[in-house]
Amino acid sequence: MTINYRECCKLALRQCLDEEPRAFLMGEDVGAYGGCYAVSKGLLDVYGPDRIRDTPLSESAFVGVGIGAAMNGMRPIVEVMTCNFSLLALDQIINNAATLRHMSGGQLGVPLVIRMATGAGRQLAAQHSHSFEGWYAHIPGVRILAPATLEDARFMLPAALKEPDPVLLFEHVFLYAMEGELDASVRAVDIEHAALRRRGTHLSILTYGASLQKSLSAADALAAEGIDAEVIDLRVLRPLDDAALVDTVKRTHRVLVVDEGWKSGGLSAELMARVCELAFDELDAPPTRVCTAEVPIPYPKHLEDAALPQAATIAAAARRVCGRG
Amino acid sequence: MTALPALDRPLALALYREMLLIRRFEERCVELYGAGKIRGFLHLYDGEEAVAVGVMRALEPHDAIVATYREHGQALARGLPLGEVMAELFGKREGSSGGRGGSMHVFDAKRRFFGGNAIVGGGIPVAVGLALADKLLGRENVTVCFFGEGAVAEGEFHESLNLASLWRVPVVFVCENNLYAMGSALDIDEAETDIAAKARGYRMAAERVDGMDVVAVLAAARRAVDIARKGAPCLLEMRTYRFRAHSMFDAQGYRDKDEIERWRERDPLHVVAAAGKASGVLHDEDLGAAEESVRRAVDEAVAFAERGTWEPVEELTRHVTAPRTKRRTP
Amino acid sequence: MAELAFAMPALGADMERGRVVRWRVKPGDTIGRGQVIVEVETDKGLIDVECFHDATVMALLVPEGVEVAVGAVIARLDVAGAAPTAEGPRAPPATEPARLPPTSAAPAMPPVATPLGARVIASPLARRRAAALGVDVATVAPGTSGRISAEDVERAAATSTRERDPKEAMRRAIAAAMAKSKREIPHYYLWQSVDVTDALAWLTAHNARRPVTERVLFGALVARAVARAAAAAPEMNGAYLEGAVRSSLEVHLGFATAQRGGGLVAPALLDAHTLDVDAMMSAIADVVARVKSGGLKSREMSAGTITLTALGELGVDGVLPVIQPPQLAIVGAGRVTERPWVVGGAVVVRSVLTLSLAADHRASDGHRGARFLQNIVKNLVPPEAP
Ligand SMILES: Cc1ncc(C[n+]2csc(CCOP(=O)(O)OP(=O)(O)O)c2C)c(N)n1
Repeated sequence: MTINYRECCKLALRQCLDEEPRAFLMGEDVGAYGGCYAVSKGLLDVYGPDRIRDTPLSESAFVGVGIGAAMNGMRPIVEVMTCNFSLLALDQIINNAATLRHMSGGQLGVPLVIRMATGAGRQLAAQHSHSFEGWYAHIPGVRILAPATLEDARFMLPAALKEPDPVLLFEHVFLYAMEGELDASVRAVDIEHAALRRRGTHLSILTYGASLQKSLSAADALAAEGIDAEVIDLRVLRPLDDAALVDTVKRTHRVLVVDEGWKSGGLSAELMARVCELAFDELDAPPTRVCTAEVPIPYPKHLEDAALPQAATIAAAARRVCGRG
Repeated sequence: MTALPALDRPLALALYREMLLIRRFEERCVELYGAGKIRGFLHLYDGEEAVAVGVMRALEPHDAIVATYREHGQALARGLPLGEVMAELFGKREGSSGGRGGSMHVFDAKRRFFGGNAIVGGGIPVAVGLALADKLLGRENVTVCFFGEGAVAEGEFHESLNLASLWRVPVVFVCENNLYAMGSALDIDEAETDIAAKARGYRMAAERVDGMDVVAVLAAARRAVDIARKGAPCLLEMRTYRFRAHSMFDAQGYRDKDEIERWRERDPLHVVAAAGKASGVLHDEDLGAAEESVRRAVDEAVAFAERGTWEPVEELTRHVTAPRTKRRTP
Repeated sequence: MAELAFAMPALGADMERGRVVRWRVKPGDTIGRGQVIVEVETDKGLIDVECFHDATVMALLVPEGVEVAVGAVIARLDVAGAAPTAEGPRAPPATEPARLPPTSAAPAMPPVATPLGARVIASPLARRRAAALGVDVATVAPGTSGRISAEDVERAAATSTRERDPKEAMRRAIAAAMAKSKREIPHYYLWQSVDVTDALAWLTAHNARRPVTERVLFGALVARAVARAAAAAPEMNGAYLEGAVRSSLEVHLGFATAQRGGGLVAPALLDAHTLDVDAMMSAIADVVARVKSGGLKSREMSAGTITLTALGELGVDGVLPVIQPPQLAIVGAGRVTERPWVVGGAVVVRSVLTLSLAADHRASDGHRGARFLQNIVKNLVPPEAP
């Protein structure tokens, strides 16, 4: 049976609501409207307004409310429509959710899951196209997840709901329509490790989110030229799976990071730094990266395409890393 | 209170034509969206035209405007060249924002049109700041800030109203209450649904206005602008309705077809046409002539946008920070 | 003043690379048109390369002994009053067929070894590979990236074993291996004088019954003893790789053999621990012959798990040898001499040999080493009847 990423997200929500009586979904237009990306469509009828809770446009408040409820026995799943609007709740996420356990000397935990859409590619222009997951990965105290496959969309959320600390889950807008077969043998996923999505010998492409598919198609193109690329799906952006990084670098000795975030001070910088710190002697070429151009995402398609990592630019960078460009 | 302005023939013709222009312009946008010429989000103003047209007529060229992602109506009513707005929606270099912003981010600094803000509530404090600057620089300008009733739930609304009142800055808050924030009806989002009452809580004048009647909007806007020019903020709650989906398409499961039909009876175009005809200043031929001239204007705008050019990819990272001018050597 | 980049010239249509053998000028020299400035070795032989300008030598960029591609800049000259140009081939001659685009690491710029004195740009992995292969990274030409990669090092290592002057190549390989050994392997040394009178007697008896061509030399006895002892000493037999001892179950005994005209190789006697005296002798005779005539197999060159160096023929009493990396130990044997020897309280004349051991202290210590030596001694007299 084919299924898409959006439906996987919905099944994940349903599993959470079915298995965990303390769980409830809260966010803007999650109820009657069915969620701005239709992830919660129909759930209001099944679970009722207490568990599918529409909120006003008050991001800071309802995220903060989620934090309070989580500290006091509930297991809220908060949906912020997109990470662009999560900036209005940044104070609550960083100064409360990520920090309370530490500030309270370990007395308090915030078992809260915040879901949000991220990413560009739909010509939504500068205020609706940011990728902030790398930014959030800067913050101690939170776990950052980026499901890039149907299985991860389906099973990361239930795993996140079991965490004792806040988890931020970033669903890429471009992936919602991605269709495929859900691997029936998978009943759960871990939210600790990176995943090897393609084995290769000549270089390692480290990526996540919507850039995974682009990297895999770049790898196919490269294979035709005799460049055998390994593709690592980071999945968990904080804490990073250092062992997986070292492991792949030991195999291929060349690293290309693909990140839809901006380059300066971004997640790509962190990944490259770790590779250098942990596997310097394994490197046969300087780690390289393909990131979003240092510009707010422009509206016109040709400029948006040019701003974002694409299979072609990834392949070109891979050739350079391998000394063939 | 200023009385309703006399609906003389020139005014009636102008109001009708301006609203019709917005309506037909956006209908064309829908068509062009289907054809793939316009992409991204496209929020239509269909049904709410009286608000923009009435308010803009109360403003002077040096007054400032801040709007939302649903800003085609304000842009056109403010007199932004039709072709440039259409070119912006196409993403062409000749667009109001050079094509960089698209439908949600139409800017025109010359006309003091401070854009298209697509973060709900994001424009409200900015408007207070524009007005504060005018006040500090001793200019008698007013800033008008448009936003939906959904934005009233954001902290920024409350924080901004408080500041505006506390510092007595010349800003007019225009809340376009179309009853729905995407799929959320006002009473789902708000404990107190009387928005004017909230503003009064911050000690500013506030009024609820029939947003489907352009003449009533114009009258209220003149009163509000008067207050602001004298150095105090105020708020207008425009009771209006969008006939179409929130953005290009949604299932609209959150409201009845009947409700839409009932509101359609109060279509601002009908309302002003009926009033004009009743007082004998508008005739059917006028309406026909307006259709004709609007059609031509929209055709020209589309042709202009079609003729427009794509910004070269090499210029991708332009407009991020101000260009560094070379320092002159002494 | 105008700078001129003097490139390795194409000295024939089929010339791709040339080796700078000797610089005939030095920085600061004034040279005249037509003067020979460098001797270059090509497939065709040694060729004098002249300069076509009056110039001053600014810098020599390629050290003697290094091979570079045609077109690579090898020197910088200051050409008085001339416009800056590049000396050397600009485009391939019209008769040369167009080259197919190379499929791997295609140098857009001709590869050049790192100029004298300049910082060597090499990847971390390349430096590690170079150290392991005994290649000096400064002599490796980088690929397109301008940075020496592990692949570049491997290519250089491979070509350097096919060098045109085998003597020079051999010397360089020995230099690299021995330098690495002394740099990395903490050697310890033990030696012992051994009474081999019984072993020689056994040998005499053994040989008495054989035609001259099948006679066994004493060296075969020693080799056999070392191989047997090594089979029982995992910390002496194998390799030290990536920080760990990798013992070998088989003994492939490297047999150090001098080459005519200088140089040294230690081809392995494969599965030496399984060979009896006669088999050992013919194995030794075989590899020694092939060292002279050529025809050593690459496996023999790389398979050694321990080495024996016997220098007795040359009259030395003993030897403190250097381990062949990555092996764990090397056994040395000096000459057999007649010496006064105390047996049962009386001084008698016996045949005495000095056996020595150099072993890797990371893999074993002196105690184990001493036992190993003892074991060799015990194995010197074969149990087989003569
Ligand atoms: C801070 C923020 N949260 C959520 C959104 C998504 N969003 C865009 S428009 C909208 C509804 C706004 O409703 P309202 O303010 O009433 O204006 P209307 O669209 O009706 O004109 C929402 C939720 C956003 N753009 N910004």
